[in-house]
Amino acid sequence: MKKVIVGNHAVSWGVSLARAEVIAAYPITPQTQIVEELAEMCDDGRLAAKFIKVESEHSAMAACIGASATGVRAFTATSSQGLLLMHELLHWAGLGRLPIVMADINRAVAPGWNIWTDQNDTLAQRDTGWVQLYCENNQEVLDTTIQAFALAEKLSLPVMIVLDAFFLSHTSEPVDIPSPAEVDAFLPRRDAALKLDTRDPHAFGALTTPAVYMEMRKRQQEAFDQVPETLRLIDADWDRRFGRSWGAVESYRTSDADTVLVTSGTITSTARYVINERRERGEKVGLVKIKMFRPFPTEPLRRALAGIPKVAVLDRNISPGHGGIFAEELRSALYDLPSARRPRVDGYVLGLGGRDVTPEVIGECLDATRGNDSSANAREDLWVGVKP
Amino acid sequence: MKPKDLRTELLPVWCTGCGDFGVLKGLTQALSDLEIAPEKLAVISGIGCSSRLPGYVKAYSFNTIHGRALPIASGLKTARPELTTVVVGGDGDGFSIGLGHLPHAIRRDINLTYIVMDNGIYGLTKGQASPTTELESKRTRGLAGGDEQPLNPVLLVLSAGCGFVARTHAGNMPHMREMMKQAIEYPGFSFVHVLAGCVTYQPRNYSDQLLQRSYELPAEYDKSDLGAAITAVRDGRFALGVIYKRPLEEVAATAGATADEDWTPPDAVLKQDLPTE
Ligand SMILES: Cc1ncc(C[n+]2csc(CCOP(=O)(O)OP(=O)(O)O)c2C)c(N)n1
Ligand SMILES: [Mg+2]
Repeated sequence: MKKVIVGNHAVSWGVSLARAEVIAAYPITPQTQIVEELAEMCDDGRLAAKFIKVESEHSAMAACIGASATGVRAFTATSSQGLLLMHELLHWAGLGRLPIVMADINRAVAPGWNIWTDQNDTLAQRDTGWVQLYCENNQEVLDTTIQAFALAEKLSLPVMIVLDAFFLSHTSEPVDIPSPAEVDAFLPRRDAALKLDTRDPHAFGALTTPAVYMEMRKRQQEAFDQVPETLRLIDADWDRRFGRSWGAVESYRTSDADTVLVTSGTITSTARYVINERRERGEKVGLVKIKMFRPFPTEPLRRALAGIPKVAVLDRNISPGHGGIFAEELRSALYDLPSARRPRVDGYVLGLGGRDVTPEVIGECLDATRGNDSSANAREDLWVGVKP
Repeated sequence: MKPKDLRTELLPVWCTGCGDFGVLKGLTQALSDLEIAPEKLAVISGIGCSSRLPGYVKAYSFNTIHGRALPIASGLKTARPELTTVVVGGDGDGFSIGLGHLPHAIRRDINLTYIVMDNGIYGLTKGQASPTTELESKRTRGLAGGDEQPLNPVLLVLSAGCGFVARTHAGNMPHMREMMKQAIEYPGFSFVHVLAGCVTYQPRNYSDQLLQRSYELPAEYDKSDLGAAITAVRDGRFALGVIYKRPLEEVAATAGATADEDWTPPDAVLKQDLPTE
């Protein structure tokens, strides 16, 4: 069934098709539509989940932890300040190996109260032990939401689906919505190996001494190591059933490119448009979209970018005192390449707090990098369009 | 200073008919009556429609984090005890996400005045049920949380040991002015519960409904009697007036070191942003 829906409702549809069983949430713009739609679905019986209207995001994640530990499918959604407030619980869900799925709408953080998009809220959670998947359009949002449950439960890892504020959350697009029967065949009920089971009582969360703590951390790392292959298989299965796949990293018109843009989120769509225009003029430019940020797709990115002379990373985020976060992580991923095949990586910080990233802005970044010499030792980090 | 001189040039973005206009007016009137100059005043809020109020008052003002106005104001008042410090916000900010701070601010008895504009709804996020939304209204309007009992915030602050508790209605200007004046004058933590209408996410006549359920405490009511106060706030109606005021001799005996108005901050702090003329 095709429907024209906003990105927020694409999440709601995905969650209902995945038959989430406990949903706990607190409202925050621009996320609220996700959980309002889900609350309605629970109310009118379209979704047989229990909805808890909690008193804060801290409580929302805590409720998801409690629910998920009993073996049910738990979901929440949040944004910006709400995600920051969850931080302590995010670690808990991560190391507790609870396959909770959460949608976060990327919104700038305060002070300077701002409801528009940037990625600092989610990127600040990169070390909490959550898989992070950034989406570009509403179809991808719906598909990723359902895939996220499959991935989370396969590896006992929580998964965060990430959408840009307004550009996705509140923008309507046609979305192909699979039937419940088709999704049931793809995603059976959760079968938790470890759960609170009254017939086999265990205590979770006890004091973990130096003698065992590191092993627990290592297992978490090993589970993350399995994410790329597991996601690839899930995505391939999805493709067989529904004729769509998204990949952790996507290369677009890069085969003979001398300069490649690296993007994430909705900037990618604008960048595709710029690449198409430039290709028509005969410029050898391409695009690499990073969908999966945690685990960082080191191998796919090396394959996608080795031998390309110049790369321009567009970062709608900033790590103060370091730089654009995608650019920095990409540089370290490419460091091991032989220097002749290692691209020069320029970083551009732009679009913070929802400032528009237009084709002209992207074109400027592309031109700046194309004009630079390709020595891999050189690099440029620029803030784009900032008033003096 | 006249009440209007305590207003900034910013125009409120509230909906026409919002109860928060009344609170802004009542507060500036009370501050004017008490002759509190802008440079002696701090107005702190969390996040919500109601929490926008500090921007409209000429004072050291601070629109902080959702639910965190009380601890932020406590820090500010501890560092600058000479500033009259008023904390404002909504029912969501104060009774949902920030509720954990309320009993502790009361226990610490720092000299703050906390004004909650209770419209029984999360206004800023477009009308979700708050901890004070009536059961009936949640059910008839299909809001999530239809099976959750509402909270009685005044009973809660009384049982936490709040020394000054008053309730008023945002449509009754003289009453509100008086309640705010007394709350600010009280030398410890004071709490003012304002029944405020929301014309957008509550029924049009919501403010009138609140008024119909209200009554003014009679002249013979003994506001120093905690037992009487607890009884008065449990009958489903809204008692208006000073519901409880701990006798001042008891206040002096219990007030902790943090409420010490004689403490002087270091010179450098005192000099930093005082007006030069
Ligand atoms: C941590 C966090 N969670 C959620 C929000 C979104 N939010 C802003 S105001 C608000 C509720 C406001 O309700 P209330 O305090 O009653 O104020 P009103 O708008 O009704 O005056 C919410 C949920 C936020 N800003 N920060
Ligand atoms: Mg409110």
